[in-house]
Amino acid sequence: MSKSEKVIKGVKFGILSSEMIRKMSVTAIVTPEVYDENGIPIEGGVMDPRLGVIEPGQRCATCGNTLAQCPGHFGHLELAKPVIHIGFVRHIYMLLKATCRSCNRVKVTEEDVARYRSLYRRLKDRWPQLANSLVEFVRQKASKALECPHCGARQFKVKLEKPATFIEEGGRGKLYPDVIKQWLSNIPSSDLEVLGLDPEVARPEWMIINVLPVPPIAVRPSIVLETGMRAEDDLTHKLVDIIRANEKLKEALNSGAPEIIVEDLWELLQYHVMTYIDNELPGVPVAKRRSGMPLKTLAQRLKGKEGRFRGNLSGKRVDFSARTVISPDPNLDINEVGVPYEVAMTLTVPEYVTPWNIDKMREYVLNGPYKWPGANYVVDPSGRRLDLRYVKDLKALAESLKPGYTVERHLVDGDVALFNRQPSLHRMSIMAHRVRVLPGKTFRLHLAVCPPYNADFDGDEMNLHAPQTVEARAEAEELLLVEKQILSPRYGGPIIGGIQDYISGGYLLTLKSTLLTKEQVSDLLATIDYSGEIPEPAVLSPVEAWTGKQIFSLLLPEDFNFIGETKLSSGSLKCTSEECFWDTLLIVKKGKVLAGVVDKTVIGSQQPKSLMHYLITEKGVGRGAEFMNKAFKLFLRYIEMVGFTMTLDDIKPERGALERAGKVIKSSYGEVDKLIDMYRAGQLEPVPGRTLSETLEIRILDVLARARDESGATVIEYMGLANPVYVMARTGARGSNLNITQMSAVLGQQSVRGERIWRGYMGRVLPHYKPGDLSPEARGFIASSFYRGLSPLEVFFHAAGGREGLVDTAVRTSQSGYMQRRLINALQDLYVEYDMSVRSSYGELVQFRYGEDAVDPRKTAFGKAVDVDRIIVKNVGWRMSL
Amino acid sequence: MNGGKKSTSIREKILEHELVPKHVLLTKEEALKVLRELGVRPEQLPWIRASDPIARLLGAKPGDIIRVERRSATAGVSVAYRFVVVG
Ligand SMILES: [Mg+2]
Ligand SMILES: [Zn+2]
Ligand SMILES: [Zn+2]
Repeated sequence: MSKSEKVIKGVKFGILSSEMIRKMSVTAIVTPEVYDENGIPIEGGVMDPRLGVIEPGQRCATCGNTLAQCPGHFGHLELAKPVIHIGFVRHIYMLLKATCRSCNRVKVTEEDVARYRSLYRRLKDRWPQLANSLVEFVRQKASKALECPHCGARQFKVKLEKPATFIEEGGRGKLYPDVIKQWLSNIPSSDLEVLGLDPEVARPEWMIINVLPVPPIAVRPSIVLETGMRAEDDLTHKLVDIIRANEKLKEALNSGAPEIIVEDLWELLQYHVMTYIDNELPGVPVAKRRSGMPLKTLAQRLKGKEGRFRGNLSGKRVDFSARTVISPDPNLDINEVGVPYEVAMTLTVPEYVTPWNIDKMREYVLNGPYKWPGANYVVDPSGRRLDLRYVKDLKALAESLKPGYTVERHLVDGDVALFNRQPSLHRMSIMAHRVRVLPGKTFRLHLAVCPPYNADFDGDEMNLHAPQTVEARAEAEELLLVEKQILSPRYGGPIIGGIQDYISGGYLLTLKSTLLTKEQVSDLLATIDYSGEIPEPAVLSPVEAWTGKQIFSLLLPEDFNFIGETKLSSGSLKCTSEECFWDTLLIVKKGKVLAGVVDKTVIGSQQPKSLMHYLITEKGVGRGAEFMNKAFKLFLRYIEMVGFTMTLDDIKPERGALERAGKVIKSSYGEVDKLIDMYRAGQLEPVPGRTLSETLEIRILDVLARARDESGATVIEYMGLANPVYVMARTGARGSNLNITQMSAVLGQQSVRGERIWRGYMGRVLPHYKPGDLSPEARGFIASSFYRGLSPLEVFFHAAGGREGLVDTAVRTSQSGYMQRRLINALQDLYVEYDMSVRSSYGELVQFRYGEDAVDPRKTAFGKAVDVDRIIVKNVGWRMSL
Repeated sequence: MNGGKKSTSIREKILEHELVPKHVLLTKEEALKVLRELGVRPEQLPWIRASDPIARLLGAKPGDIIRVERRSATAGVSVAYRFVVVG
């Protein structure tokens, strides 16, 4: 289409001069009237047809093009008196201060101007920052002069009265825009350079508006409401206001109205032009619509999250995407995503017809747009698109298909698609999955990929994008596929791994006491499509039986060694040697589990240096993904076989335990009373840097926290090792000892801002207490457990503490979101050069070696590039020291 | 110079402080070699002001290049360069 190609070398911003505005204008706007009584736009009004086509089918009165081709054309409005452009007030202020009121030269001697100018020119390209400080220096120096070094005239102080009034104190008083314009136009271009202006494109007198450009209608289209009424754009409204104010001012001037009236009307014009540009100026009344809604004028279109930059330019909407609620599916692979038929039949992938796929493509076309797997469009070699919804004879079309056609077919099993959940905080927030088209209306994903997306199923929604080119699909598969994202670049370790029931199941399966019959073994191995030999049974009589460890071992490579303490290895169950009774040290030699159980530290997500981590780093991500798929299915099948749940009785504390726990709390109350007595008697020794009352609070919090932990530990001690709640906490599947404590022993201290709760009435939180009562229960210590239930007063304290938690999360997310935005903007163009240095897109050095050691954290074990312990275990099968 | 001696000694103590890494002023030849190796113009290096205490102490002038050798948690020792600028 274009006759010559041009290359954009740069973009330069400047100010439009009055002449430029008139030159690019196709018509002068002269009347505030918009439409005549027939609803036809009036010539010379703001909807003048010469400003561009509005309705389809019409031809432009200026360029003769139709709606699609006409770019729209500017008009212009001659103002009766000039007004100040609000965006340039600060520049104008600076110029008025730095130049002489009589000869309008910059108030620096001739020699200095020459010197600064040559210095500025030398600095400008190489040292823009230094050039700026030079300009700042000149501005300040010039502003300080009390007398003009050129003409000797005495200078007065110019004051800026916000938003746009300049006062010359002791001189002419108020400086009117026409006076300022005269002043600014007198400043020689050579002087402007040292003040940091480029007079070629930004003469300062252009900062005062006497001709206003009227933007094309395409910029401010009117909307026809259902009632047939016309609703004009906010900009159009504002332009009409400006023209009205201008007309009135013109009349007043022509009729020789008194000066006060003229000045008032001039102010009004200034106000309208000001708010036309920016309607959120401090100290300026906001221009409103009749409904009271503030008008969205020029600055408002650009600013903020929904503005042109953040909303339209940085943020784009895309085609070939879908969004719906997510739900879990443990039968999928971790690399897969379940896609509803409805979505699969809407999203398409263009496939080029070749001799090798033509049969398949014919099938798709034959199925048409309403039957999966079908196709929605066919593009013939000439580029003509056929919408299959309107093709009468699909059979004929399918037969006419030849290599060279393109079929936009439905999404089918095995296609790659990008899957995303907001907020997209790290690279694992967008991963490529293989599509599995399934019935239902939700996207389905494997539970192990919840951690990288930070997804759960309480109504979360996710987005799916179908890549449209072979290149995009290849890139997605090679770089973004879930299994290639298992290792997190944030720390050395897998971010995808076992969670919740996978961990409980793994633990239950690999327990020493787990013995499986032949039927059970067959069941388990069938769920993972195992086709190898079944190992020799561990027990031969009275019946053949296999251990869970044997079955789990079938998933491990035969040359794999691993030794590591499990999460269970703590306290009385700690294991440090191979001959340990408690079975909490996992020992894998040559792919066989010899001792130990599987828990969070073995297969958990976000667990560096675990069995799974080393399996992935040493055997590859493909093997790692296969291991996860199989192991997790195995664990779930086993948990289904034995059954795993919890009930209220599981958190019911044993009577003996409860008595002991109660005693612990009671004695801590005694201790607190003693502290309070000591405090009242002035015998408390203050903690360094704290007041006496702060010390008391710290001591009390400490005593009560210890009491809670102790009574919790007592109750947990009484729990059976098979208690499912305790199993989950111990293995790391879900919950912690603190959670158990709060459920069955004591809820503990409720706090607001890290202090015991004290706000409320004078000296007390609630009228149920005596003023000045410092006892634990008067300040929010809850001795009840969730099992026992809370008293009304305890509920109040719990609610106060809980509210703070909610507010905190709300505040934190918004703050970290903003920080993230700024970090991304600052870092997005940095890259690692081949010499391992980190550079900006301008070639500036940011780091001389990436991370100082040029190590990729993904390829490390918890940040260490070389893990000597692991190398020994890997090869010898045993670690020297534990 | 009032109390010149005292202030010098305090200033020299900057070098001894354990949190101040080793700074070395490069000769012109060394500087050119570094720039060639890194493939950058001097102003593309991180900057240090000539008025920075350590730059003053080394007598560095705008245009000079300073090598900084600091202890690094990840790499043991890491080397960085600073380009001295006016200010
Ligand atoms: Mg959720
Ligand atoms: Zn046109
Ligand atoms: Zn003068």
